[in-house]
Amino acid sequence: MVAMSKDVRQLDRVIIRFAGDSGDGMQLTGDRFTTETASFGNDLSTLPDFPAEIRAPAGTLPGVSAFQLHFADHDIMTPGDRPDVLVAMNPAALKANLEDLPRGADLIVNTDEFSKRNLTKVGYEANPLDDGSLEAYNVHPIGLTSMTVEALKEFSITKKEAERAKNMFALGLLSWLYNRPTEGTLKFLEVKFAKNEQIMRANIAAFNAGWNFGETTEDFSVSYEIKPARLPSGTYRNISGNLALAYGLVAASKQTGLPLFLGSYPITPASDILHELSKHKRFGVRTFQAEDEIAAVGAALGAAYGGSLAVTSTSGPGLALKAETVGLGVSLELPLIVVDVQRAGPSTGMPTKTEQADLLQAMFGRNGEAPVPIVAPRSPADCFETALEAARIATTYRVPVILLSDGYLANGSEPWRIPAVEDLPDLTVEFTTEPNRPDGEFWPYLRDATTLARPWAVPGTAGLEHRIGGIEKADGTGNISYDAANHDLMVRTRQAKVDGIAATIPPTDVEDPDGLARVLVLGWGSTYGPIGAACRRVRREGLSVAQAHLRHLNPFPSDLGDVLRRYDRVLVPEMNLGQLAMLVRARFLVDAISYNRVRGMPFKAEELASVITGVIEEVNEQ
Amino acid sequence: MSESDFPSLRLVPKAREPQKAKDFKTDQEVRWCPGCGDYAILAAVQSFMPELGIARENTVFVSGIGCSSRFPYYMNTYGMHSIHGRAPAIATGLASSRQDLSVWVVTGDGDGLSIGGNHLIHALRRNVNLKILLFNNRIYGLTKGQYSPTSELGKITKSTPFGSLDAPFNPLSLALGADATFVARSIDSDRKHLTSVLRAAAAHRGSAFVEIYQNCNIFNDEAFEPLKDPATRDDFTIRLEDGAPIRWGANAEHGLYRSPGNGLVAGEVAEQGEAGLLVHDPHNDDPSHAFELSRLADISLARTPIGVFRAVDRPVYDDMMSDQLDKARATQGEGDLATLLAGSDTWTID
Repeated sequence: MVAMSKDVRQLDRVIIRFAGDSGDGMQLTGDRFTTETASFGNDLSTLPDFPAEIRAPAGTLPGVSAFQLHFADHDIMTPGDRPDVLVAMNPAALKANLEDLPRGADLIVNTDEFSKRNLTKVGYEANPLDDGSLEAYNVHPIGLTSMTVEALKEFSITKKEAERAKNMFALGLLSWLYNRPTEGTLKFLEVKFAKNEQIMRANIAAFNAGWNFGETTEDFSVSYEIKPARLPSGTYRNISGNLALAYGLVAASKQTGLPLFLGSYPITPASDILHELSKHKRFGVRTFQAEDEIAAVGAALGAAYGGSLAVTSTSGPGLALKAETVGLGVSLELPLIVVDVQRAGPSTGMPTKTEQADLLQAMFGRNGEAPVPIVAPRSPADCFETALEAARIATTYRVPVILLSDGYLANGSEPWRIPAVEDLPDLTVEFTTEPNRPDGEFWPYLRDATTLARPWAVPGTAGLEHRIGGIEKADGTGNISYDAANHDLMVRTRQAKVDGIAATIPPTDVEDPDGLARVLVLGWGSTYGPIGAACRRVRREGLSVAQAHLRHLNPFPSDLGDVLRRYDRVLVPEMNLGQLAMLVRARFLVDAISYNRVRGMPFKAEELASVITGVIEEVNEQ
Repeated sequence: MSESDFPSLRLVPKAREPQKAKDFKTDQEVRWCPGCGDYAILAAVQSFMPELGIARENTVFVSGIGCSSRFPYYMNTYGMHSIHGRAPAIATGLASSRQDLSVWVVTGDGDGLSIGGNHLIHALRRNVNLKILLFNNRIYGLTKGQYSPTSELGKITKSTPFGSLDAPFNPLSLALGADATFVARSIDSDRKHLTSVLRAAAAHRGSAFVEIYQNCNIFNDEAFEPLKDPATRDDFTIRLEDGAPIRWGANAEHGLYRSPGNGLVAGEVAEQGEAGLLVHDPHNDDPSHAFELSRLADISLARTPIGVFRAVDRPVYDDMMSDQLDKARATQGEGDLATLLAGSDTWTID
């Protein structure tokens, strides 16, 4: 379908937020709009934001579920600060999201839900659609529910079923408004509702009704077009962080030549990794849904002992439970990938909200000196490469590696330039199959001189039978040892092994376009987008600022101390209370400034830009 | 026994040459207390292993923490001495990813029933192909004498100077409640019986749970003495045999009967006759029979059945996991990474 009858206006970027009740299908609507947008070739970034409750009481503020999408004709870095368009399916959705809406934004409201009862439920004394309180916005009051029901009256479905299709009406309307291709959505509905033809046809009819409404109503005088983005050439797809992470693990299995084993216990927001990997049995992927977090990592460690590429996936509370087993992995010196999709803590915290407050848990959350390499992806698509890097470190150094993703990366999505399989790194692993001593003995803790890794000899290898355990081992033989000097040596050796990884990681990547910056913004993990977008804003104002973003949190890149000392000020924005800042201050004696917010949401670029500008001005005054 | 007696090990490579008990001994000094029941169990296992006829390098012992968990250090196979209570979980990952291994778990009453109780019951319900040997000495030995989850109520220990308040677990009842497919009990001091139970466990495909009464001569000496003392053992011990009437005593003079209320009742065979004797059937799909037997002995050990309580077939976790992989490859073909990464919705930028 192409909108022919109205003017089409060009835009370079748009931020849309769909908001409704948990049961209104807002995540599905957002996903579909995203897929349409991706297939059109825009750059995009998404931010799903939903409550932990599956169905909170209908029409209440805690039950509001939202999906924000930022898309553009150029390269963008974040899901956007403030929506240009808010679709509010009920009063709760309006109330919960209005604060973020800039003046002049378009506000599409489902008037059918603005009953006195629903208004009262969220504390509106008067109907905001009537009392002038929305004057600052471009309000489009539309009876989305009633028009959907009207459009579907020919179908032999219940009124409730018809009402449920209102999200497709809204999607149709927005698809018209932004000239999105619709074939994908129509095909999607055909597949999704293949088992119930009436429902399938009703949803398609609702979608078409929404599109046609846009074309005919006088409420929308123009539609918009956002040209495809000029991204580097290649084949692209849209991908979320959890999906990219799962694919990265499958790829790592192929590149290492080791069968993949995932031990996992369901936990928000990491469960999708378990769901995804459980589909890929044809790749030889074994997934084990364990009885608890401890068994999940235990089974993974057992599989690692047997020669699998072993992974456990969890979130912060689960990482706490796995700590002892990760420590065992440090002592056994077996490869293990521990994925922590961080969420707001402490304790249960806010399971569906993002945070990056597990860095120090990952660094230090074990008994004894138990160093563990840590890597963190910077964007949803980057989860793919980071998973491969975790596998490289784990298998090369025979050590558990913690990969710190977060809820925003896990559920957010962006276009991903699909890599050619032949360009993926060769991670081939060779097990030890021969004795490693001149006398024909095998010593399980005789180390590689360069990596300090011990041999990986798996059960089934004749002549290399050996026992390993969590008790301190004698250097070389691996036999039980309580010798004081030996323990001191082993503790230092395990640390030196992890420190030595720094020799194989790239130098700190600093973006300092004019080379004049006196302030460096240092980040890690999912803040890459907001920090990058903020730096762009600051530079557009004529100021100079440098950005460095760490993928490796332990060990740091070898040159990090030098890099930090080159700048007059180092600013570290984090979604925690200053964990990376604490590490760099301790390690490098650099007087880094922290900027911290723990609101369960990504930073806004605008907010960070003003913080950065403030620091630059302060430095310039000195 | 010949190799064919262990169809359960059909996926495990055979030994290249016959092996002896000494092949399974390591050069590590055994460090249990002199007189510990663990020595006898170790000797029984080491002499039994050659009978399996499988490659030594394809045998793995995994343990948790506790006196019994030092076991792997003394077996010249692959082995892992892990952390407290987690051996069944670790072994599950190993066994389900490596069907060519014979995986044994060695645990104790504290390791397996207290800190690791959850992993034990879940391994049993899944029916992972593991042989789990639980050394039950009814005490914490390595931490020097606190009561364990199998200690009797009122037990005076270092941590319970006024007597323990905990009702004890019955390990076999617990295993049966978790739907274990193989449940047996033996005694450290009875090498012949212990070997016969190990043999039956090895022949079982799926989880095998073996409780071994083990004497801790330091912190809980003579805990199982009524089953060992020649003066009492015949009257206290019921040796279960597949398909045989259940009777015991020096002259098999006691027998087990079904009471009018449908419970089990002990009687004198001379008085009640042989016709009504209960016949032991470990292969009964209904676990009630095995459960009744597991409840027969009280904490005094009077009427303690030993032997195989239950041995039934149920799909094995590792087999099913492996079958799913094979089936996926057979129906969908080998996975292609490039196709997976591309997905179904792509666009190209020149």
